[in-house]
Amino acid sequence: MSSQQIPEENLPVVQDTAHGAVEGAGDPFADPGLPAHRPRIQDIDERAARRSERAVAFMFTLSMLATIGFIASYVIFPVDKIVYIWPLGHVSALNFSLGMTLGLALFLIGTGAVHWARTLMSDVEVADDRHAIEAEPEVKAKVMADFAAGAKESAIGRRKLIRNTMFGALALVPLSGVVLLRDLGPLPEKKLRSTLWAKGKLLVNMNTMEPLRPEDVVVGSLTFAMPEGLEEDAHDFQTQIAKAALMIIRIEPENIKDKREREWAHEGIVAFSKICTHVGCPISLYEQQTHHVLCPCHQSTFDLSDGARVIFGPAGHALPQLRIGVNSEGNLEALGDFEEPVGPAFWERG
Amino acid sequence: MKKLSARRRHPLAAVVVLLLALAATGGLYAAFAPAGKAQADETAQSLAIDEGKKLYSVGCASCHGSGGQGTTDGPSLVGVGSAAVDFQVGTGRMPAQQPGAQVPKKKVIYNQAEIDQLAAYVASLGAGPITPTESQVDPAGADVAKGGDLFRNNCAQCHNFTGKGGALTNGKYAPDLEGVSPKHIYEAMQTGPQSMPSFPDSTMPEQEKKDIIAYIETVNGDESESPGGLALGGLGPVSEGLFGWIFGLGGLIAIAVWVAAHTAKAKKS
Repeated sequence: MSSQQIPEENLPVVQDTAHGAVEGAGDPFADPGLPAHRPRIQDIDERAARRSERAVAFMFTLSMLATIGFIASYVIFPVDKIVYIWPLGHVSALNFSLGMTLGLALFLIGTGAVHWARTLMSDVEVADDRHAIEAEPEVKAKVMADFAAGAKESAIGRRKLIRNTMFGALALVPLSGVVLLRDLGPLPEKKLRSTLWAKGKLLVNMNTMEPLRPEDVVVGSLTFAMPEGLEEDAHDFQTQIAKAALMIIRIEPENIKDKREREWAHEGIVAFSKICTHVGCPISLYEQQTHHVLCPCHQSTFDLSDGARVIFGPAGHALPQLRIGVNSEGNLEALGDFEEPVGPAFWERG
Repeated sequence: MKKLSARRRHPLAAVVVLLLALAATGGLYAAFAPAGKAQADETAQSLAIDEGKKLYSVGCASCHGSGGQGTTDGPSLVGVGSAAVDFQVGTGRMPAQQPGAQVPKKKVIYNQAEIDQLAAYVASLGAGPITPTESQVDPAGADVAKGGDLFRNNCAQCHNFTGKGGALTNGKYAPDLEGVSPKHIYEAMQTGPQSMPSFPDSTMPEQEKKDIIAYIETVNGDESESPGGLALGGLGPVSEGLFGWIFGLGGLIAIAVWVAAHTAKAKKS
């Protein structure tokens, strides 16, 4: 592009002189220095300054009122009062007023401070040159001399017994911190390897809390079961259900591809752990047409018609299957615990 | 006979004849009338099946086969029951617009009478879940809290905590439950349409289905309470985080830019 095509206003002012037309016009990269300080209206006009002062004070006063409003709404509104506020809908009067007043109180402090700084505080430009990172030679020499004198005075080089025991003491002190890490335990020991399931435990429907019977479970249905004897208000209910939760589905036996799965099922009724083997999310997004089950956390997908094999996602191994059968009263029962630990892998899982 | 004939002019003869005639009419009526009514019902039922068959041949047979036996384009309808038909056709999912990962809800093509006829025909192919009655699906008086419990245990994994729906694999999804009629929610639980597993009465009794419907009705809709403020689609931390980053932080950046763009100097340059 030739210079003729560049519009006049886009060219540098010194264009002509920079091409050597005027020798000694100076260095084209010279530091132009700071632009001249320009005052604000508040610096010139005392009435404007007072207006600004009043505006800042007004914002701070509003903030105070908002804080008082916060305390007042905390006192006035009962927790369960619901009001209609457009466009939010039917919301809690307490939450809404607390949020609005606290938000206003903080926002007005911010705007007041910004307005104060922009209009009233000194805005004179100040330049501060950087200093060199390296210290002056005299300072360096003095530090080295001080160090040598200190080492000599303490006699650390001569009294080796003191020096060595001091190093030992300093090295051992952090060990107490390391020992305290033991309190992160106790180790789970065998707890990850077993669940409440055992031979003869009935499968209880978590909807009705009644034992499941084979005729209850139809093809295409999904039911969740827990071991009999586990009470929802038991102190360890969450600990136990987190390992023992079961998904019960029914697949026509000829559609079960995995031989072991078919043997461990009862007439096509299969029981799989509901805990994902990746990081232990409850997993039950079951698609009854494909027999795939999807984990909502990281999209691991298992094929329940093929031994719950992982077909997608980060899970490391198949969902454990519980071997089930029918007892003499016609109820579904477990034929033992899971053969492998349920849920995510752990260091010693093997 | 002569004796009877001799008394035919007796003053009470007319009364006797009248009583006999009344008894005969009443007896005949008692003998034939109920049978006649049953016959009428039977006729109405078979008429509905016939009408349904006609509608079926036009609208459904190309995919589901001429006898509901199913083809490569559509599953067999033997044993799906009238509830499945009422749900699929009543929500506009059937007849399907095109094959794909999932057949979406759309405008309902048949009126309720036609849907009932189609349902009667499909139900005649094999026993299956029956369309529920008004009182079976009425959530009035149901236990909303228990329904919430059941919903979180059985439904929330796919339909989200308040029934807003969510994604499944390969383009399939669990639909939003807001505005779905109690009858259709009930039928979906009963029959398990498309990817959804079924929750039959044997594992989830009728009362529990009502509780779930009551929960869905309570947490959705214009009147439902949202104490925390804007529900943002009820999708949880994803939409909340997105809102915070875009509108919260975005607003603060916009204010900062506005403040910096307006000089405080007396003489504008």
